[in-house]
Amino acid sequence: MNSSLLTIPARRRRLSDEMEDPDEGLSRFQPAARLTMLRYLQDLHEAETPLDAVPPQYHTGRLPNSKSGDGKPRLLLMGQRRSGKSSISSVVFHKLPPSETLYIEATTRVKKESMHSFMDFQVWDFPGHVDYFDPAFDTENIFEEIGALIWVIDAQDEYIDAIMRLHKTILNLQQHYPAINVEVFVHKVDGLSDDFRQDTFRDIIQRVQDDLSDAGFENAPVSFYQTSIYDHSIFEAFSKVIQKLIPQLPTLEALLNSLCLSCRIEKAYLFDVLSKIYIATDTSPTDIGNYELCSDYIDVIVDVSEIYGWDRPEGEAGEEEYGESGNQDAESLITMEKKGNNYLYLREINKSVFQRPESASMADPKQSRYLALICLMGEDSSAEKKALIDYNVGVFQEALKQVFPR
Amino acid sequence: MNSVKRQKQRKVLLMGKSGAGKTSMRSIVFSNYVAKDVRRLGATIDVEHSNIKFMGNLMLNLWDCGGQDGFVENYLTHQRTHVFGSVAVLIFVFDIESREFAADVINYSNIIRALSECSPNAKVFILIHKMDLVQTRLRDQLFAERADYIRGASEGFKDSVDFFATSIWDQSLYRAWTMIIYHLIPNAASIETLLQQLAEVIDARELILYERTTCLMVTHVTRGMENENPYTDRFERISSILKTHKQSMSKHTGIPAGTANFAEMQIKTGRFMFFITRLTENTNLAASIPPSEQIFNAARINILLARPRFAELDIASRPRAPAEGGQGQPPSAQIGAAEA
Ligand SMILES: Nc1nc2c(ncn2[C@@H]2O[C@H](COP(=O)(O)OP(=O)(O)OP(=O)(O)O)[C@@H](O)[C@H]2O)c(=O)[nH]1
Ligand SMILES: Nc1nc2c(ncn2[C@@H]2O[C@H](COP(=O)(O)OP(=O)(O)O)[C@@H](O)[C@H]2O)c(=O)[nH]1
Ligand SMILES: [Mg+2]
Ligand SMILES: [Mg+2]
Repeated sequence: MNSSLLTIPARRRRLSDEMEDPDEGLSRFQPAARLTMLRYLQDLHEAETPLDAVPPQYHTGRLPNSKSGDGKPRLLLMGQRRSGKSSISSVVFHKLPPSETLYIEATTRVKKESMHSFMDFQVWDFPGHVDYFDPAFDTENIFEEIGALIWVIDAQDEYIDAIMRLHKTILNLQQHYPAINVEVFVHKVDGLSDDFRQDTFRDIIQRVQDDLSDAGFENAPVSFYQTSIYDHSIFEAFSKVIQKLIPQLPTLEALLNSLCLSCRIEKAYLFDVLSKIYIATDTSPTDIGNYELCSDYIDVIVDVSEIYGWDRPEGEAGEEEYGESGNQDAESLITMEKKGNNYLYLREINKSVFQRPESASMADPKQSRYLALICLMGEDSSAEKKALIDYNVGVFQEALKQVFPR
Repeated sequence: MNSVKRQKQRKVLLMGKSGAGKTSMRSIVFSNYVAKDVRRLGATIDVEHSNIKFMGNLMLNLWDCGGQDGFVENYLTHQRTHVFGSVAVLIFVFDIESREFAADVINYSNIIRALSECSPNAKVFILIHKMDLVQTRLRDQLFAERADYIRGASEGFKDSVDFFATSIWDQSLYRAWTMIIYHLIPNAASIETLLQQLAEVIDARELILYERTTCLMVTHVTRGMENENPYTDRFERISSILKTHKQSMSKHTGIPAGTANFAEMQIKTGRFMFFITRLTENTNLAASIPPSEQIFNAARINILLARPRFAELDIASRPRAPAEGGQGQPPSAQIGAAEA
């Protein structure tokens, strides 16, 4: 796996400013969940459950309209041909270098992909020409379990047709599956000048909303994002889409808030390491710059861990000495020269739980589904704070085990 | 008096057709551009010089030679001895996408002729560039064909010329430039000896010495089992990843990328421990060690103690200058091109 060989050149973009608040009106915050959390925090020993011999399957998202109950949130990717759907799924979930997407062939059938990551979900890549609301088409089967429909619009191309089809689709969904989030990716914005990009984005939002209100829908759950596979924006957008599908999000946010408060951390993210999607962050404002920083940091950790964590043959002289002494979960700290103080802190979470020792190979990404907590330290963080943070991260980690019951 | 004179000046020519990507790669490796930024670059007018200080006593004197026909004509005629005299390395860049490969090669042989006339001992590196534009499965073969053909036109340099397939979009660029730099470092052997000793003392699995601004590897020492490490491209991967990280840190903190340096970075896992720390004025040391807190702590202290010896190595290999005083290495003499 060479996830980060081709590190995506980042361009600072204040995406978050334009994005709709992903949680607004959709919060699944339940006071009960928080109460349970508090109890767990006070009472960790009793709350602790013995580890299973079999690695647990964490099914985090259970969807309102899921019939089969396998709990896999399913994402559907739809849009016109050549709008960039296959590219998005290749770049985000298979780490294809963006420039390689030029060689992706046209998709001729629905592609289902199960992602073996912290969350299991599926991406259905629809070829543009399929009319899935055709009565002959088994829509039931398609839509019954999805959590979000991602509609990709090529911002560099004519988008009137795309908007018409999107409109038709939203109307259909509103009738039968009103709980599905519609996420519109205004895509390939890398090719547009800043002004033109903003205008295009606004124009698309305006048209979609006008059409919907003409049809009598004022508050359909539709959100808009500007994306490109050539920078971090596509990952940020996916993060926000997926966060909406995590019922425990409010709990996670509360936990992160309390971590930030007790250690005076500027910003904390909980990342799914392999997909580099963040599943939660504290509720202070985010900006894409922070996201990029964390994402590049993960690249460093993943790459170095891959390079030096290779499977050494058994019986290397002296190896037993250190055998179990280290922590299975990687931990990392960066101090910058000019700032002098701890700047970034990363701690992998639950990696050891997920990895079966006999097959724990870094080279096999399927074996290592894990999260990482990344903290951006404030200006005044000193080295002594490390102990405090370690302690609190430990508490956080324990709490997290309870958030995702087995 | 002038510390510049005592430094080993090495003249490096960067040549090739206009648009081949010379300025792009130079800006990425030496001036903290990211690959996306290079679209903004205009054609180079005549020659752009940059002085890049490397490892204390190596001063790269890089000549980025604009490749438009008029300029090349001029290099080959009026400025022939000025351009081609006392050259240590010629880097010639071919654009893989070029429609006129045959013409490019003719152009190349003219340059080679001038070089063998004025600097017969120079070393030639050929970069076959923009490989990202070729489909993955076709790359190896196309590269081999082009390399063969170019070697045929290399006259006196036929047997010594080295080829690299490069792209600004991946770490191949770092691989090529690491080899070029290694060729130029005058005291690589003594650095390696000292590094080897250090590695023994701290029981490191691997030590990588790299230049702080470019993140290019100067040299490395690998011990014991680590020689079996299957990731043979790890050095350029580490260069590339550290460089990207440096840029994102710089962007985030507002510190210019040239000076956005780690004081320290550490990674601890159950399989290994790894840290990066400053070694000399221009270099960082990355160490991979066994997963033990004791070894880790001891290693950090030992590296701290070894710093003066490495600093000395930079100075010792230059003619003694007793009157040097506090002036020594001007601390401001970081990579010259960093401000571009
Ligand atoms: N696809 C791709 N494009 C590249 C690569 N390297 C450079 N380019 C592009 O090539 C174009 C020309 O690059 P320059 O670096 O200005 O070319 P140059 O060789 O300095 O040209 P002169 O200064 O006129 O001699 C730029 O627009 C870059 O975007 C690469 O590895 N892959
Ligand atoms: N500039 C740019 N091009 C993109 C982006 N995403 C995809 N593309 C290009 O769009 C083309 C069509 O992509 P593809 O994924 O096959 O579209 P699909 O038919 O929707 O699956 C490819 O040539 C991609 O390289 C992007 O973010 N920016
Ligand atoms: Mg497709
Ligand atoms: Mg140029």
